[in-house]
Amino acid sequence: MGVSLYQVQKLLFHVNRDREVRARFLAGRERLMSDYDLTADERRAVLDTDFHALYQMGVHSLLLGPLAAALGVSFPDYLAMLRGTPR
Amino acid sequence: MSLVAAFAASHAPGITGRPTLPPPSDSEPVFRAYRELRARLEAAQPDILVVVSPEHWANFFLDHMPSFCIGLADEFWGPTDEEFVRIARRRVQGHARLARALAAGIAEDVDLSSSEELALDHGVMVPLHLLRTALPIIPIIVNCLAGLPAPLHRCHALGVAIRRTVDRWPERVAILGTGGLSHWPAMPESGRIGVDFDRRFIDAFVGCRIDTFLRYSREALEAEAGPGGHEIRTWIAVAAAAGDARGSLLGYQPVPAWSTGCALAALEPR
Repeated sequence: MGVSLYQVQKLLFHVNRDREVRARFLAGRERLMSDYDLTADERRAVLDTDFHALYQMGVHSLLLGPLAAALGVSFPDYLAMLRGTPR
Repeated sequence: MSLVAAFAASHAPGITGRPTLPPPSDSEPVFRAYRELRARLEAAQPDILVVVSPEHWANFFLDHMPSFCIGLADEFWGPTDEEFVRIARRRVQGHARLARALAAGIAEDVDLSSSEELALDHGVMVPLHLLRTALPIIPIIVNCLAGLPAPLHRCHALGVAIRRTVDRWPERVAILGTGGLSHWPAMPESGRIGVDFDRRFIDAFVGCRIDTFLRYSREALEAEAGPGGHEIRTWIAVAAAAGDARGSLLGYQPVPAWSTGCALAALEPR
């Protein structure tokens, strides 16, 4: 696993588990992302909440499913986005 | 006193988070099985409930990922993933005295870690919610998630060690393992279910032949039961704790909309 993938997963883990980080994520992702060592592709995927891209780069699905729920995305919509087949 | 009841149950987040997404013909057998488990749990009149549950990024990350971790505190809180399971966050009573005794007893055979402040995710909170129990719990978290989950025979050893310690304890103790069976959780394959695997595993569990599953490799398990299939580790610990028991299946239903082969089973320790 590349160090970079580790960093993007760590960011999402913190967003899911730490309410302060969650609030910062919701307030403005760019500033939060500067605390993590992300590649340009990872930054874009986080910025766009691109579940398909995040999953394809190796982010664990159980970091993504709960994040989708926390952002108000329904599970069927989440799965469609994950599969790259938006409804 | 001794172990008074042993159970295992799927904890799919959808059961509470998306209760009406599946057709009732899929969901109702699961709710019915949970009602039956609840009735049996209450009938056994336990004082304390040991809950063996997988980790789902609630407590541990890739910086530290223990194979086994017991919660030593007198209170816990959960769920961590409340939007995912739509259960209101609440305090859950723990039982520090038995937890410490269990930790010491288990550590005679199995190297486990311990925590003074475990958080509870859907693995514990979905079953507690459906069982409507206020029993004090002792959570034992098992890595079924990432890195190198413990080999299955170590989960069996964990269960044996739990039983040995519980049998020395003066109060009535029940054990509940949560998770599985086959699933590809929140993955593109979500909805795929390894029904053949699930049925073979259930047969072994209720027939007290769990030893026939202990040599499954991580790779074979994942191929047949998905990454979520690693959660049979909690069922194996329960089967080992129950030992020579009278087993019964309370329900099995593949529920694609919950991404899980949902199974609930009971083992009456002799």
